[in-house]
Amino acid sequence: MKFGIVVNEGPYQHQASDSAYLFCKAAIEKGHEVWRVFFYHDGVNNATKLTEPPQDDRNIVNRWSRLAEEHGVDLVVCVAAALRRGIRDENLASGFRISGLGQLVEAGIQADRLVTFGD
Amino acid sequence: MSEEGIKKFMFVNRKAPYGTIYALEALEVVLITAAFDQDVSLAFLDDGVYQLKKGQQTKGIETKNFSPTYRALEGYDIEKLYVEKESLEARGLSEEDLLVDVTVLSRAEMGNLMEEQDVLLSF
Amino acid sequence: MLNIINKSPLSGNSLDSCLNVAAGGEILLIEDAVYAATTGNAFEKKIREAMGRFKIYALQPDIEARGLADRVIEGVSTVGYDGFVDLVVANRNCQSWL
Repeated sequence: MKFGIVVNEGPYQHQASDSAYLFCKAAIEKGHEVWRVFFYHDGVNNATKLTEPPQDDRNIVNRWSRLAEEHGVDLVVCVAAALRRGIRDENLASGFRISGLGQLVEAGIQADRLVTFGD
Repeated sequence: MSEEGIKKFMFVNRKAPYGTIYALEALEVVLITAAFDQDVSLAFLDDGVYQLKKGQQTKGIETKNFSPTYRALEGYDIEKLYVEKESLEARGLSEEDLLVDVTVLSRAEMGNLMEEQDVLLSF
Repeated sequence: MLNIINKSPLSGNSLDSCLNVAAGGEILLIEDAVYAATTGNAFEKKIREAMGRFKIYALQPDIEARGLADRVIEGVSTVGYDGFVDLVVANRNCQSWL
């Protein structure tokens, strides 16, 4: 089955991004496809490569980047939400791309299921 | 999904405006979805009904008043606005207090309508 | 429908709203919503009443993280993230009550 995922909260502040990631990982392990993850609201903060957590903490941003690299997951950051919060191409982590809200709607249309993680 | 490939999208609004950005950014998605020729409806329940309250004046908090946008939805062919009756009543509001025409539904009717959707987005 | 709840029932009304509005189906409690699945919680009675209309699940990793593994209400099924995926697949649609 083809999944679309929406992440509405930033990393570390809220569990949403962790839950979404662990859901995606489990879906892929079960042979499903995670077609796109759309980052909206403060969720766009998952996409900054300037993130530097303490050594003993998980690196939420890198984890998403690796998912994109290893499984071809399309990580899309909402342009309007990103610009509001200082996320731009210059500080975008690998595997992420900035695009319009139409990408979220398209995920709703193309995916068999759209699952939202937020506050 | 219907035969024509059109999906039923419902945007579920359960949060008040201004205290957080969710209501404003939800509205932005709604406007974009209209351009994709999907079957779009908006549901307002719990504090989400406050988004439609008449007379919002945001000058004093230096924030954009986005409430007129709800009235503009009709121009984008988005005409299905549903408000849960019990949520209005619990907040001392009635249809006359709302800035746009809506269909008021009971909880049960709202639940059944949600069941019919293909995609439910809440922020 | 699969109804996904992520807030403690004692701090927000998401679960209450879902129980009042949703037409039945399944409920999955994740993140802080797993507190609703525990015995002795003030919400326990409502969960037990809801079991007639809904099948209720709770996410085991979130239960364990919060030290609640020994007090899950009987009749609430626990699932891992793989079970979460299965629930989304098995239901025609899903809604996160944020």
